[in-house]
Amino acid sequence: MPTFKLRVNGRAVTVDSWDPAQPLLYVLRNSLGLHGTKFGCGLGQCGACTVLIDGKATRSCITPVKQAEGHAITTIEGLGSPEKPDPVQSAFITEQAAQCGYCTNGMVMTAKSLLRQTPHPTTEQVKQGLGRNLCRCATYTRILAAVIRAAKA
Amino acid sequence: MKRRDFIRTGGAIIVSFAFDAALPDMSSAQTSDLGKPVDPREVDSFLAIHTDGSVTIYTSKVDVGTGLKIAMSQVVAEELDIPVDRITVVEGDTALTPNQGGTGGSTGIPQGAAELRRAAATARQALLKLGAQPGGNIGALAGGKRLNLKVDPNAPLKDPKTYTVVGKPIPRPDVPDKCTGRNVYVQDHTLPGMLHGRVIHAPAIGAKLMSVDESSIGAIPNVRVVRIQDFLGVVAPDEWAAIRAAKELKTTWTESQILPGSDNLDVHVRNSAPDRDETIVNKGDAAAALAGSAKQLSALYVWPIQSHASLGPSCAVADVRADGTTIWTASQGPHGMRTSFSRIFGIPEDKLRVIFLDGSGSYGSNGNDDAAADALLLSRAVGKPVRVQWMREDEHGWDPKGPPQVLEVRGGIDRDNRINAWDMQMWLPMNIQGTRPLLSVDAAGITQPHGQGAGLMSQNGDAPYLASNVRVTVHWLKGTPLRPSNLRAPGKIANVFAVESFTDELAAAAGVDPIEFRLRALTDLRAIDVIKRAAEMIGWEGRPSPNRHPTNSNIVTGRGFAYARYKQAENYVALAMEVAVDRKAGKINVRRVTCAHDGALVVNPDGLRNQIEGSILQTLGRTLHEEVKFNRSRVTSVDWASYPILSFPEVPSVEVALLNQPALAPLGAGEAATAPVAAALANAVFDATGVRLRRVPLKLEV
Repeated sequence: MPTFKLRVNGRAVTVDSWDPAQPLLYVLRNSLGLHGTKFGCGLGQCGACTVLIDGKATRSCITPVKQAEGHAITTIEGLGSPEKPDPVQSAFITEQAAQCGYCTNGMVMTAKSLLRQTPHPTTEQVKQGLGRNLCRCATYTRILAAVIRAAKA
Repeated sequence: MKRRDFIRTGGAIIVSFAFDAALPDMSSAQTSDLGKPVDPREVDSFLAIHTDGSVTIYTSKVDVGTGLKIAMSQVVAEELDIPVDRITVVEGDTALTPNQGGTGGSTGIPQGAAELRRAAATARQALLKLGAQPGGNIGALAGGKRLNLKVDPNAPLKDPKTYTVVGKPIPRPDVPDKCTGRNVYVQDHTLPGMLHGRVIHAPAIGAKLMSVDESSIGAIPNVRVVRIQDFLGVVAPDEWAAIRAAKELKTTWTESQILPGSDNLDVHVRNSAPDRDETIVNKGDAAAALAGSAKQLSALYVWPIQSHASLGPSCAVADVRADGTTIWTASQGPHGMRTSFSRIFGIPEDKLRVIFLDGSGSYGSNGNDDAAADALLLSRAVGKPVRVQWMREDEHGWDPKGPPQVLEVRGGIDRDNRINAWDMQMWLPMNIQGTRPLLSVDAAGITQPHGQGAGLMSQNGDAPYLASNVRVTVHWLKGTPLRPSNLRAPGKIANVFAVESFTDELAAAAGVDPIEFRLRALTDLRAIDVIKRAAEMIGWEGRPSPNRHPTNSNIVTGRGFAYARYKQAENYVALAMEVAVDRKAGKINVRRVTCAHDGALVVNPDGLRNQIEGSILQTLGRTLHEEVKFNRSRVTSVDWASYPILSFPEVPSVEVALLNQPALAPLGAGEAATAPVAAALANAVFDATGVRLRRVPLKLEV
């Protein structure tokens, strides 16, 4: 079975996958037990599966594991923990920016990537930056407030 | 946090290390305390006091992201006089929680928490008899023991004036886990030896499976095909293998064209066979009064079929064993699922345990029950635990839908510009007793009830204003295209859309400011309060609609208003909105929303605001974009491109005012603020453009 070398949350891992086209999402969830990354659509439309690849927000549901090889992958578990959240996670918690929380992974990871490129975004820039991440519970105003808060942290 | 068991999945295994991702140990039917009482008459069914003074509360009302858990904890903490962080909540486990009914109709707080409160108040009296002191350790008095008490409906309750926990914006305990990827959803639940399943839905509703070519997936490892008549599924140790197999398996099906198609759906609905007509409101003589009105209007409003469109597709894990079956589900009705599945699958209720786990937001009955039946059938067929998650096209295509609504209103105003006649007709699917049919059960040829129901669809059909001649007639239709189900605030968003749009039309005909027009016809002070508050927050300028704007401008602005008392008996909600409309592009841009909400006693103001904000924004999306499209055979809007919902760039500012009523028992708030949204938006568009939009999704012709 083909094997793939990845760097996930700062650690080197080798995974095998019978199909090199297997999306990274399933490798993270099922081989590595990292369930924070969510399946939403498998089409790259909703953003629930977002991870950082070399610091850039990437949709893991349409990224073949082969393509992720050799790159640094960060999942939401790699940012922080409930006890020690990352500043973006901390801002989401302070703003209570979740309802069901299924989209939260994608929101946090996309915000992380956005703030890396644009450390002090305007509200409009946050709206555009998160424009392709969907929240069905429509917790949008709180997520917006959380990202603005994180930018000020 | 404990180290999570590592599970080898077969298809892709980890070679170099195991993560110590912080996830709790998996639960299973075999290890739980099944001797716990669940009789809702017993205090011990609702509460367990532990020796360290902490308390576990048990409820069948589940938190689907609404903040119900923290609100319930606050209510119990208040009555027991303990800190809220000493409380843990167990939700929706048929082996552990009393059956208080399913979660729906905004009953979590007024019914679910009220029952917990009475149990806690009963326990408090027992603790006082044992010598409990304020702030003392109740664990030392009663920890680890059963109270063996009946819930006393007359147990003295704390005076709301003395509340210290209820009314506080205490953060939700689930949010840190959700923001750090640690919250365990049903989608994340794993069991040793668990297989991943996928179902292959027919290419057309009603199609029969003619042939399956298993050789077409011969290259995909370790896949097993399960066919039971027209039910077709695949299972595999590796999820990606199951996904690819489901996609690539070659099948042939019969043709089926049993749907009317979504074009001109309102015509189809109005021409559908009625079972009966029912006059649900009849006071005065609407027909005669209408004939004598100074001005008469009539209008037809149309609401499309909409999907729950949960962000994460429905999912369940089932483990069918000789000694008992366990289902893990995010269904809003675990107890109902146990009863119906017990009958359908012939499993005695005491051998079937249903355990709720968090899911992606559901707003009523989405596909979770279907996914549970899929998982059960597959697990039973292969003798292993099976996790089924639907794919995106399954969720959009096959979740039971909010049914279409057509509403016709005729009304009139008298010489004093007051509503004097209101005659409304609704076309709604009738209720048929029995549970909603499950897709895989029908496909597998297993007998099941074919009930039909979508919630209390006819509420809020009469205008809340002082009209003395009102008639509301429902044409209960035998059927409706696509399987109907309860979708957030069932029926009421469309009903209020019609009622409050038409009220606006009457106000415009009268040449009176829309809020002034309403206030003249209201005497309920709580209604008047919310209306004035929402108006004040947006800086409402009193004048008749439509707005007069410079005609050379492409961008025109307007403001709209709507009010509803939810179910005519619960929350008072008033909503004002500002829009800018690009007339050339036909684009509606909502800039600002203000909402005043009176849901009686506020339990947790931050949780309440979160629900109101979400209700408003989700419903803006439902009003601007959402319509399930289908042809003669199948749903064709099966992804987020063809079924768009509200997205970030469209999000307006939202300001919410909570009008607290400490002396009144708290109401639920998961639905009420949705009700006036569509009408407020259509009214704002009318104010901006002079064009009255009566069909959802709202579309301006350019």
